[in-house]
Amino acid sequence: MNKIRAFESTYLFCLKILSGIIPVLGNKRPFMWFMVTSEKALKKPLFGCQMCGQCILHSTGMVCPMGCPKTLRNGPCGGVRSNGNCEIKPDMKCVWVRAWDNSTQMAVFSDSIKEIQPQLDHSLSGTSAWINDIGKKNDS
Amino acid sequence: MTPKPVSDLARRLEHGLFTVTAEVTLPDSIEKKALVERAQMLEPYCDAINITDSTGAVPHFSNIAAASILIENDIEPIIQFSCRDRNRIAVQADVIGAYAIGVRNIFCVTGDGVQTGDHPEAKPVFDLDSVTLLTTINHLKTRGKFLSGRELDDKPNLYLGAAVNPFVPPFEERALRLLKKHKAGASFFQTQYCFDIERFKSFLDRLLGLTKGAPPPLLVGVGPLRSARFARWLRENVPGIDVPEHVIEKIEKYPRKEQQKAGVEACIEIVDAVKTLTGVAGIHVMAYNWEASVSEIVKATGLSKPERDN
Repeated sequence: MNKIRAFESTYLFCLKILSGIIPVLGNKRPFMWFMVTSEKALKKPLFGCQMCGQCILHSTGMVCPMGCPKTLRNGPCGGVRSNGNCEIKPDMKCVWVRAWDNSTQMAVFSDSIKEIQPQLDHSLSGTSAWINDIGKKNDS
Repeated sequence: MTPKPVSDLARRLEHGLFTVTAEVTLPDSIEKKALVERAQMLEPYCDAINITDSTGAVPHFSNIAAASILIENDIEPIIQFSCRDRNRIAVQADVIGAYAIGVRNIFCVTGDGVQTGDHPEAKPVFDLDSVTLLTTINHLKTRGKFLSGRELDDKPNLYLGAAVNPFVPPFEERALRLLKKHKAGASFFQTQYCFDIERFKSFLDRLLGLTKGAPPPLLVGVGPLRSARFARWLRENVPGIDVPEHVIEKIEKYPRKEQQKAGVEACIEIVDAVKTLTGVAGIHVMAYNWEASVSEIVKATGLSKPERDN
């Protein structure tokens, strides 16, 4: 199994487990602390997570869109270099070129990259994306 | 009964009339006159004029002020909004203000990074991206409400456009991105400079396939190259513009003095090659600091105003 598929399976596994736990513990402060600490500890080294609190990794080929210098969440800008590198950081591969390549390898979420992502809620910065996401689904 | 088109641009594109738009280079001037003179050079040859939003991350004449001056002179503007300098509060405030002075066509782009321009030390905003910029303005348009839910007294009836760049990676994704922007509220599209016809055709084929042969109106971005040296500079220094080597070589064959003419001819050739393609609704001429070349390009390609409606 390749890395992208492994990340995808891990995401699905966590989604299953946390969907049971978060509705019960999501508003408890120690649990919130635990989630924020774990997300920071895992997602920062793996994906360069910036703790925006609204994780969409599974919709972007497991490449964090916040790594884009323009923090674009809906696809690449028109300034990508002909070698596929970033307009602003010429030595870095465009986040969205990687996201596009990776998403084609995903089993369940390969089409999610086509979805429109809403504007970021900056007031959620530094909070747990899992609690925000599952909590929101429960509310609606 | 179908509603009345919101602008002349909308009317033409909705009726499938071949449309020519052009970009005016905003002067570094504190007088209206400089802008009006440039716009009046373009006006006889195009249906609407794009006003950029401090393009290239270089401060230029304010886009809303420029739009107001064009409207005073009976010229229809397409006002560009980028995400670089305004957060969602400023965007919404500017959109309703622009509507009140008569702006109807708004074109949403991501915007060049500040590093591209002459103030690389500035703080970039990018609170929204081009898609959420569209959804934000479309929210004002369709619901008559700010994002917060606060209501306006009426809905601004706008015609929204967006950019597409088929000429840079990820190539496979570009048509999907256009459709994402269409879903977000964009009714028409203008491309980045087209110098690579084959690349454009493969993009168009994919777009036609994805839309079952009925894509939203698409205007192909074109522009003349002043010289082979300028073309190389453009390719190296302006993000998102790809000028293939064979295009540069074609211009380089001529002595320096004749290269300007060869650049216009190369542009005419590109317009002739794309104007009849299925899925092409018009052209968008970007002649940076060279408004005079637009008349030549439009006339030589048989796209002058009365002619193109026949």
